[in-house]
Amino acid sequence: MMEINLPQIAFFALSALALISAIMVITRRNAIHSAIWLIITLFSVAGVFLMLHAEFLFAVQIILYVGGIMVLFLFVIMLVNLDVAAKQSQFSRQWFVAVVTALVLTAELVYGIYLDHRGFLIIPPPPAAAATNNTQAIAVGLYQTYMLPVEIASLLLLVAMVGAVVMAKRKFE
Amino acid sequence: MIPVHWYLYLGAGLFTIGVIGVLTRRNVIVILMSIELILNAVNINLVAFSQYFHSTNGQVFAIFVITDAAAEAAVGLGLIIALFRNKETVNADEIDLLKW
Repeated sequence: MMEINLPQIAFFALSALALISAIMVITRRNAIHSAIWLIITLFSVAGVFLMLHAEFLFAVQIILYVGGIMVLFLFVIMLVNLDVAAKQSQFSRQWFVAVVTALVLTAELVYGIYLDHRGFLIIPPPPAAAATNNTQAIAVGLYQTYMLPVEIASLLLLVAMVGAVVMAKRKFE
Repeated sequence: MIPVHWYLYLGAGLFTIGVIGVLTRRNVIVILMSIELILNAVNINLVAFSQYFHSTNGQVFAIFVITDAAAEAAVGLGLIIALFRNKETVNADEIDLLKW
């Protein structure tokens, strides 16, 4: 019999918070409320990262997602007039078919995980030399093993920045 | 110790909610937020397996996913601003100029 311990309670609390706030994100009428609930989801996911000993990603999640992307979202929501859209129907006509399709997809995912979950119970042995800390290990991965992808990602960010400015510009000449 | 498949169930749940949001909502901004939910679900899986295999490759890949999310949010929100300036709407089903 599995006894409940503190990490499991924390995991269930974070999971429940993430799932409930995610449901709130897609059901709120006001887009600002959706954004606030999404921030709570992102914080819960950051907590899950912390439980997985991914301290660097925990910090990146809060700084980049909550501090960067969500501010961008809130900025655009306030820039765009949503008063008309808030009074209209929030869900498209095919919502029933969409929900059924998504639930079938989830049933497949859950069934697949359930079939394989006995294999996940076997913990692979830790490597002998695991003395470096998390941020150091990620830095080695980023700048040695994955140097070319990092350069490509920086190029992608540059293109996205220029593209966003060009598209949001008032006059295109 | 939390078994790795619990994280996979959590990722599957978040992914489903994101898919339902993308497919059912009319507001383009909420659709973009649902895409962020989907990317977060993927990140949970990547980090869970990274921890399971005692390798940081999954976390490095999660950083690339976050980079993509930032680029996608910037371009998507720029598109929404341009769209709202031209059509005065944020409803996805009213943007049907290419649909005949």
